[in-house]
Amino acid sequence: MASVSPVRNAETENMNRQPDNARDAAPSLAKPPEAPAVASSSLRFKVSKLKVFYGSKEVLHGIDLEISSNVVTALIGPSGCGKSTFLRSLNRMNETVRHARLEGQILLDGDNVLNMDVVRLRRRVGMVFQRPNPFPKSIFDNVAYGLRINGCKEKMSDAVEHSLRRAALWEEVKDQLHKSAYALSGGQQQRLCIARALAVDPEVLLLDEPCSALDPVTTAKIEELLFQLKPTCTIVIVTHNMQQAARASDFTAFLLEGNLIEFQKTPKLFTTPSDPRTEAYITGRFG
Amino acid sequence: MGVSSNPAVGHEPYLAPRGKVGDFLARLRGGDEIAHLLTLIFAAGVILITSLLVYELWINSALSRHTFGWKFFVTSVWDPVFNHFGALPFLYGTVITTVVALIIAVPLGVGAAIFLAELAPPRASDMLAFVIDLLAAVPSVIYGVLGIFVVVPFVRTALGPFLESTFGFLPLFKGPSYGLGVLTASLVLTIMIIPFIISVSREVLMAVPVDQREAALALGATRWESTIRVVVPFASTGIAGSIFLAMARALGETMAVTMVIGNDPRISASLLAPGYSIAAVIANEFTEATGALYLQALIELGLVLFLVTFILNGLARLLIVATEQRGGGTPA
Amino acid sequence: MNLRTIWRKTLNVTMLSLTGACTLITVSVLFFILGYLVYNGGRDLSWNFFTKLPTPVGETGGGVANAIVGSAKLLFLAMLFGVPVGVIAGVYLAEFSGKTMNFVVRYTTDLLNGVPSIVIGIFAYSIVVVPMRHFSTLAGGFALGVMTIPITVRSTEQFLRAVPNPLREGALALGASKWKTILTVIVPAAASGIITGIMLALARVAGETAPLLFTAFGNQFWSPGWNQPIASLPMVIYTYATGPYEEWHEQAWAAGLVLLGLVLVVNIGTRLVLARKTSVAR
Repeated sequence: MASVSPVRNAETENMNRQPDNARDAAPSLAKPPEAPAVASSSLRFKVSKLKVFYGSKEVLHGIDLEISSNVVTALIGPSGCGKSTFLRSLNRMNETVRHARLEGQILLDGDNVLNMDVVRLRRRVGMVFQRPNPFPKSIFDNVAYGLRINGCKEKMSDAVEHSLRRAALWEEVKDQLHKSAYALSGGQQQRLCIARALAVDPEVLLLDEPCSALDPVTTAKIEELLFQLKPTCTIVIVTHNMQQAARASDFTAFLLEGNLIEFQKTPKLFTTPSDPRTEAYITGRFG
Repeated sequence: MGVSSNPAVGHEPYLAPRGKVGDFLARLRGGDEIAHLLTLIFAAGVILITSLLVYELWINSALSRHTFGWKFFVTSVWDPVFNHFGALPFLYGTVITTVVALIIAVPLGVGAAIFLAELAPPRASDMLAFVIDLLAAVPSVIYGVLGIFVVVPFVRTALGPFLESTFGFLPLFKGPSYGLGVLTASLVLTIMIIPFIISVSREVLMAVPVDQREAALALGATRWESTIRVVVPFASTGIAGSIFLAMARALGETMAVTMVIGNDPRISASLLAPGYSIAAVIANEFTEATGALYLQALIELGLVLFLVTFILNGLARLLIVATEQRGGGTPA
Repeated sequence: MNLRTIWRKTLNVTMLSLTGACTLITVSVLFFILGYLVYNGGRDLSWNFFTKLPTPVGETGGGVANAIVGSAKLLFLAMLFGVPVGVIAGVYLAEFSGKTMNFVVRYTTDLLNGVPSIVIGIFAYSIVVVPMRHFSTLAGGFALGVMTIPITVRSTEQFLRAVPNPLREGALALGASKWKTILTVIVPAAASGIITGIMLALARVAGETAPLLFTAFGNQFWSPGWNQPIASLPMVIYTYATGPYEEWHEQAWAAGLVLLGLVLVVNIGTRLVLARKTSVAR
């Protein structure tokens, strides 16, 4: 398969810490003391030779990819190319599928996620799904869920408000926190799910086609949200929408039939792709 | 306000202890292994209770089984005073009431199911099915009450005399009708099992794919022809399943039968004469059974009843699942 | 050819009308019977019926208060014994079991479900009554409890499986362990269905007589505590209906109406709840 060594250079590093858009809430989002030390490499995920099998079927054929911290990385490709599978490997959600098997190595800040306690891994690496999946509980309880299961009891309402603000949902729901989450619109539900994931303060946020069920206005809101989360969170987003990848991401990986074809800075991938298959895809010749 | 100020979600090192012991400890701390084990214990409890039931029936009927052997099933003397126990009258009574009930209930029930599945407007069909399902939930003792006060007088004063005067030349309908008797028990059973037959048959009929019907109709078949030649054969195993289900229920039915069958351990050819069934004799004599052999003979009858219903239920389930899978539906 | 067509059409109409007649006969017989019960039972219902103990034959004004309380006590025991086993085993089937165990447990519950109630009575007799050496409320409650298990197991499993998978993933992705996911998200989401299943199970055993004949046995008086024989509605109906006295027959009708009312209210209520739930379900 085509050579796909991920491109990482000085430009990447520079992009990592854009101080722009630091909102008023930002100061309180500061990482705990040890975080900068970990982030000094600016390399969050290092994936090497990742193969995933469902039963005897190999759906990822050895992916090598490095994901930097504090940027948005987009995964694109035609449906069935394995982009969701790849994303779900990062927090080991694949394990919920029976007969799923994983080979290779995924390092999160230098530690192999396969050796980690899965519960703790998922607390560090949050996830937002394709369709909004709020729990059948109140808005407040949804956001507080992650905190409660982790045994946190104090300052619950502060934490909930903070997370809802980060997800740009606070103003819309502050007067109805105890209403059922199902009373919200689809877009609000999806932002609620983002707030729910943010409440446990994850280092990484994985989004699996988060806008596929949403209207354009809401989609724009969520893209704006990703931009604002960048300083505090590493974001990996799977999308089938190339415009979205082009608008919202700093790096883009193109997958095809379980292989990583190209990984570039987003503007470069969309303007001067180095692989003809990438070009074919982004110009709409297949997929 | 800061979330990250919270120690519970701080970024302490997250690595679990390594190695097998560490893995196990981690999962133990997570509680998943404990939860798995706990629920497994309860699920195993269900198996345990069922096995214990079979075991108790087997052990507690040992004396009777050893004393009488297979003769238990072919002798017809039931005499507690001299410790002679033959189960034939009860087997006969159980079988004959069930058979007669099925003879009446199957055509009526399947006919009604065909009507509900094929002809009735969907809303009316659903409404009627709802009501019929409710009838399946009516306790059997209530059917017994209705049997005593409605069916018994009806058989004594109307049906019995009519059958005797019209078909009295047949041994089946010879003799005076007391009201209490095999025919009455069969009629009560009929009323009780019809809801089962309708409900399950309707469901398997509705699971027959529409294209099967349309194919037949497009070939110029009438509604009835498409139903009887295509739809019913397609659903036949499922309908058979519903009949087995009803049969198992009729065989094991205790209260309603006990209240109207007449409780007489004699085999008579006439349906108008009183009889006895397995479940009825257990219900009536269990608490007054003096002596180990008497009690164990009754428990052996319970064992027989258990085995027969076990086989019928298993068969019924197989058949119903088979049809619904053929229809592409999901097994109930 | 033409004659044949006429014959086919006639057959069509005749047979289809016959199936309609089947429905009509069945449904009208069933309705007649229930109407008769309501008519007869309603005539004999009175305040005394609910509040008084049975009176000796010949005296009027007796009731079946002890049987109503007895049924409630028996059902309470049945719930105490059967529901935890049923629900937790259902959780096992839906969330933990592998293929083989799932088959084995399901098969066993189906088997248990099909056991004639009189046989359950024998079982409870040999497990509880024989060791205790007397009939008791406990034995009756145990018998009814065993009968609730299979219904509860299957309905719990069914409703847990109906919980959409994204909810599971949502909780797991937040770092909830499996059992916390089950306890805090899945079971609450399925709660109304599970409770419905429990209600249906209790409604079914509330009408059971056969398993009580030689476990709870029956009692003319109050039965304090849990260790004595106890009266119950279905047992009273059985005894009174088969007895020789006219007053008893009247009481049997009335008790029958009360029991039927209870059972039908629970059944209709839960079915309506279920129907609404499934039509709104995501």
